[in-house]
Amino acid sequence: MSFPWAKHYTPKAPLMQWVDERLPLPRLVYNAVGAGYPVPRNLNFFWNFGVLAGLALVVQIVTGIIMAMHYGANELVAFGTVEQTMRDVNAGWLMRYAHANGASFFFIVVYLHIFRGLYYGSYKAPREMVWLLGLVIFLLMMATAFMGYVLPWGQMSYWGAKVITGLFGAIPVVGEPIQTWLLGGFAPGNAALNRFFSLHYLLPFVIAGVIILHIWALHIPGSSNPTGVDVKGPQDTVSFHPYYTAKDGFGAGVFFILFALTVYFAPNALGHPDNYIEANPLSTPAHIVPEWYFWPFYAILRAFTVDFGIPFTSIVIIPAKLMGVLAMFASILLLFFLPWIDTSPVRSGNYRPVFKKFFWILVLDVIVLGYCGGSPAEEPFVMISQVASAYYFAHFLIILPLVAAFERPLPLPGSITEAVLSKGAHEGEREALPGMGSDTQPNSAA
Amino acid sequence: MSTTEHTVGADGSDHGNGVRRRDFINIAAVSFAGVGGVVAVLPLIDQMNPSADVLAMATSEVDLSGIEPGQAIKTVFRSQPLFVRHLTPAEIATADKVDTSTLRDPQTLDQRTVDGKKQWLITMGVCTHLGCVPLGAGEGENRGEFGGYFCPCHGSSYDTAARIRKGPAPKNLEVPPYKYTSDTAILVG
Repeated sequence: MSFPWAKHYTPKAPLMQWVDERLPLPRLVYNAVGAGYPVPRNLNFFWNFGVLAGLALVVQIVTGIIMAMHYGANELVAFGTVEQTMRDVNAGWLMRYAHANGASFFFIVVYLHIFRGLYYGSYKAPREMVWLLGLVIFLLMMATAFMGYVLPWGQMSYWGAKVITGLFGAIPVVGEPIQTWLLGGFAPGNAALNRFFSLHYLLPFVIAGVIILHIWALHIPGSSNPTGVDVKGPQDTVSFHPYYTAKDGFGAGVFFILFALTVYFAPNALGHPDNYIEANPLSTPAHIVPEWYFWPFYAILRAFTVDFGIPFTSIVIIPAKLMGVLAMFASILLLFFLPWIDTSPVRSGNYRPVFKKFFWILVLDVIVLGYCGGSPAEEPFVMISQVASAYYFAHFLIILPLVAAFERPLPLPGSITEAVLSKGAHEGEREALPGMGSDTQPNSAA
Repeated sequence: MSTTEHTVGADGSDHGNGVRRRDFINIAAVSFAGVGGVVAVLPLIDQMNPSADVLAMATSEVDLSGIEPGQAIKTVFRSQPLFVRHLTPAEIATADKVDTSTLRDPQTLDQRTVDGKKQWLITMGVCTHLGCVPLGAGEGENRGEFGGYFCPCHGSSYDTAARIRKGPAPKNLEVPPYKYTSDTAILVG
């Protein structure tokens, strides 16, 4: 899709003309990420993270395919082959550190991408499908990352696999058969390792497929923007190429600088030393923690220490273990309902003074949850996790509907252009700069 | 599948209620293919269940003679840890003193041990929360505030009868099936 003023693809070279007539792939690219895709002119750097997440996926697929060339998915040799890749394979250490830290960077940019969506109301109509598909990608990423972490078959790998598959054991009646079915045994072993490897190789390509749907759904209404005001005419947009290819290119540069610094100078900063000890089914590490990107959810899991039952009797309705598991899954499934929970018609947090405050409290809350999730299961962290978990659910189930009902939003600008120009008038002659877009520029080639 | 259509169908077979022979054939064919599809998927799902070699029930023999009162050992049963603990009289007394109605998973020490062998507490070393190995079987390990076992993962504490007393675990440590083959040896499984 596009706006009516989108430029049309007209192949100049005879070869491209020939290709376009038979397979309109150049046309598809031109309309999707080229000059034929008009984008709001006022996107800020928070709009970089979608492209950066795509880049991170490419890094993961490339380094992952290389890792698979040197890996042996067998409990007897798995740990050894990863160490051998690190020590003996040419540039093997680089591939592994890039792949391990690449996962962390993928989650960093995806979390920023998600919080961008939360702040600017990107999940609201008409972009609900974009949000829902994004959550599907997030869930697939979590599954992929979890299974990938098991593959080196270190202590954290093994015990992580045991704890996470143990979550399914909490489901009444069918839980334990499901857990045994997932593992192919009564504890993680060769069967589990092999199937995790198989699925860890598969899922990134499933993610790539869902990303295509995510972008397709996005391109129906087009990108949102920091004002949340709809595009009203050609003066509100600039073409994706060269304006946002350049802006995303700059973001990619910053991303790769930070990535390289981590890979070369602090490759184990985000990992756990215990995972350099080979898996031992008879000894649990003193402090089992998942990778940092699961910490907020892990904190919610551990927040439930008391059975939910009828007071003053011994009748238990939901045991603590099941409560924790349900709450953890609910914390993500809840987000699928967000477009219908937040009923405020104003998208951008910039024009919602009350929402904005609660948004930042939520960010803080998730950071606190993350900190507790990475800490040992002892006081005061258990109590803090309980309060923070309760607040997390309250934010979505109580605060957001109430704010939507009672908040008085600030007046919205008449259009994107008006917002940009009035801002420019305060700060100086920004509208005069080349490349900022103008009333005539996007139209020039039409 | 119009039910209001009473004209003779294209295939010439109208039974008066608008249901054509072709509708029946369609439904039958699709149902048959559906059942066939489900049957074909079953082995694809079933292959993920434990294979025969994993299921081959191993039994483990444990020699109790070297374990002093107060000591415990950690051994393996079906590739999972097994705790064998020789309780001291004081530990037995502590376990017996507890009012079982206050427990999350009410069981007495007698129910969890063999008659006349009350000092031998044999349990799986698998926390009933999420499957970590609790501490307390090894020398000098943290036994938690109830003197039994302590799971470091999420802080579940078990008492001297390996019953859950505090933390998120829902059940007592599992007592596997076992029998005494002699006065100082057991066969687990």
